[in-house]
Amino acid sequence: MAENAKPRLAIFKLASCDGCQLQLLNLEDELLDIADQVEICYFPEATSQDLDGPYDVALVEGSVTTETDLQRLREIRRNSQTLITLGACANAGGIQALRNTADVEEYTRAIYANPSYIHTLAQSTPVAAHVTVDFAISGCPISRRQLLDVLTALLIGRAPELPRYSVCVECKRSGTVCVLVSAGVACLGPITQAGCGALCPSFHRGCFGCYGPMESANPDSLCQNLMARGVSRAETLRLLNGFAGGSEEFRSAAEKLEKAPL
Amino acid sequence: MAGSPTPRVSATVIFPKPTLQQVLDNLRASGFRLIGPTVRDGSVILGTLEKISELPIGRLLDQKAGNSRLLPTHSADYFACTVGPDSWKRYLFPARSDLLTARRNGDGWIFTPASDDSPPFAFIGVKSCDLHAIALQDEVFVNGTIGDPHYAHRRQRVFMLAVNCSTAASTCFCTSMSTGPHVRSGFDLALTELPDSFVMEIGSEAGSNALAGIDWQPASAFDLGRAAQVTQRTERLIQRQVTTSDLPQLLYERIDHPYWDTIAERCLSCANCTLVCPTCFCSTVEDHSDLNGNRTTRTRVWDSCFILDFSHVHGGNSRPTIKSRFRQWMTHKLGAWIDQFGRSGCVGCGRCIAWCPVGIDITEELNRLRTAGAR
Ligand code: SF4
Ligand code: SF4
Ligand code: SF4
Ligand code: SF4
Repeated sequence: MAENAKPRLAIFKLASCDGCQLQLLNLEDELLDIADQVEICYFPEATSQDLDGPYDVALVEGSVTTETDLQRLREIRRNSQTLITLGACANAGGIQALRNTADVEEYTRAIYANPSYIHTLAQSTPVAAHVTVDFAISGCPISRRQLLDVLTALLIGRAPELPRYSVCVECKRSGTVCVLVSAGVACLGPITQAGCGALCPSFHRGCFGCYGPMESANPDSLCQNLMARGVSRAETLRLLNGFAGGSEEFRSAAEKLEKAPL
Repeated sequence: MAGSPTPRVSATVIFPKPTLQQVLDNLRASGFRLIGPTVRDGSVILGTLEKISELPIGRLLDQKAGNSRLLPTHSADYFACTVGPDSWKRYLFPARSDLLTARRNGDGWIFTPASDDSPPFAFIGVKSCDLHAIALQDEVFVNGTIGDPHYAHRRQRVFMLAVNCSTAASTCFCTSMSTGPHVRSGFDLALTELPDSFVMEIGSEAGSNALAGIDWQPASAFDLGRAAQVTQRTERLIQRQVTTSDLPQLLYERIDHPYWDTIAERCLSCANCTLVCPTCFCSTVEDHSDLNGNRTTRTRVWDSCFILDFSHVHGGNSRPTIKSRFRQWMTHKLGAWIDQFGRSGCVGCGRCIAWCPVGIDITEELNRLRTAGAR
């Protein structure tokens, strides 16, 4: 980066719903400040500007599901100093990683009138499976507070505040009553990384695990406990295979659970 | 109704239950914000209280390891609920509190300590275990070598209305820890609930003043007998027993015991047990700055030895595994605390047992370690 020049920011999208990058637009109070501090080179959701790299920071949303995605991602990495992934798709393959345990050709035949137009990979894979990721922001969608914190930290040159502990910590700090203990609602919070502010439990819902596994996650123990409480194996698997089902921790726990004798 | 003059300190009086409202009104009129047990989200939390009708009247908490259910009962008791997931530390040592802000000023910085404009709190319905827990936190935050002005500021102004427990949950074990159920000291007022009236012991001048204008009677020998029976009955209800005579040595001797590997398979390192614990006092700080780096706020937040970054030191992490974190928790709580502060860090409230998602029971685990044999 040239002396005094603004950092160059680009926002890219692979297979995803756009919800994560929209969180940047949802930062209504801060957006003008951000635009002031950085040069937004590429952000099709917001501007027709299309400036070539190299970029100081690339935000990448979405998972890799096509050969074209993969080529683009490699090029983005080559062109970017810092690469930050946004959300469950980019970090764990997203909900589209459900295909990873199914027959994609069969899906394609069932859904598309002309399946021959569809060129897709058999697996939906996270960005980190292909290129080096500098920071990962979790969630489905990501929290705009965390996005802001990461951008701020990068601009100032300090480490971003990205918790690796459980969602339970956020429940307890905010005084949300535990839905698992008080009502027996199946909740993935004790194995899921914090950051959402325990959004689902604060609305009396169990955590769906969209922020992906916390560090040292112990899904085997939680799953056994859920089933001892009467949650069916199918339901437990459905939870594990959800938004972060493509993560190594949740996927291997699900595989173990499927193989375990009833 | 003219009301009686205020009772003297250490007297015990009796009044009909609805009269408690007047005590609360008196406290509010003196500037206190009342905090007490109230029903929210299917449980009992400690929230702002104005009317006695907001108390969990006629409810009880049915608790087991990993389970807590708020149930209706036939009684109309005001204070039949045992402790819920909240503890009073939420008000004395809040989960998040700003410590300072720093603003850039030319080449330098201006630091402004955060001000705490919280009103004085009146805690309504503090059980004996929690009174002991507050005393333990006083030891850490006020009487320790480094005083904590934030805690002290809130703590000094608290009015304490304590309650002798009339019920016990299956998770309670205050009798083993010598912390209850009978309230003995550290209160302004202490009540015992009878079917139709409250027997109230006056613990301080402030407690006496809170009864100004209220139509109380001196408690008769018969009333005192009935009140004593309430706590005695509660004491008999407490089933859970914990042996503490071999602590802390047992924990130190078995620091490398294979037992810790087996519990690590169950524990999720989710930190619930430490965050609901009324004595756990650990915190960390977070800095949040604005985009151009001109203003930053430093916030203190609850931390836990179950959180990986808690043990991050120069050169690496000293407790990377769940095993080492669980061992730290149990060994500190039940062992090292005794060396540090002269008594156990556990007051037997049972919160960690009820609110552990996978129902890990500290009393059972201590016994497992004890009976696992030396290694
Ligand atoms: S509701 Fe879920 S996330 Fe919250 S404390 Fe309970 S188990 Fe943890
Ligand atoms: S003992 Fe229970 S509450 Fe504590 S960290 Fe382990 S699983 Fe969580
Ligand atoms: S048990 Fe853990 S969280 Fe609690 S006071 Fe000790 S070190 Fe701190
Ligand atoms: S360790 Fe458990 S039982 Fe003991 S005081 Fe803490 S929460 Fe209560």
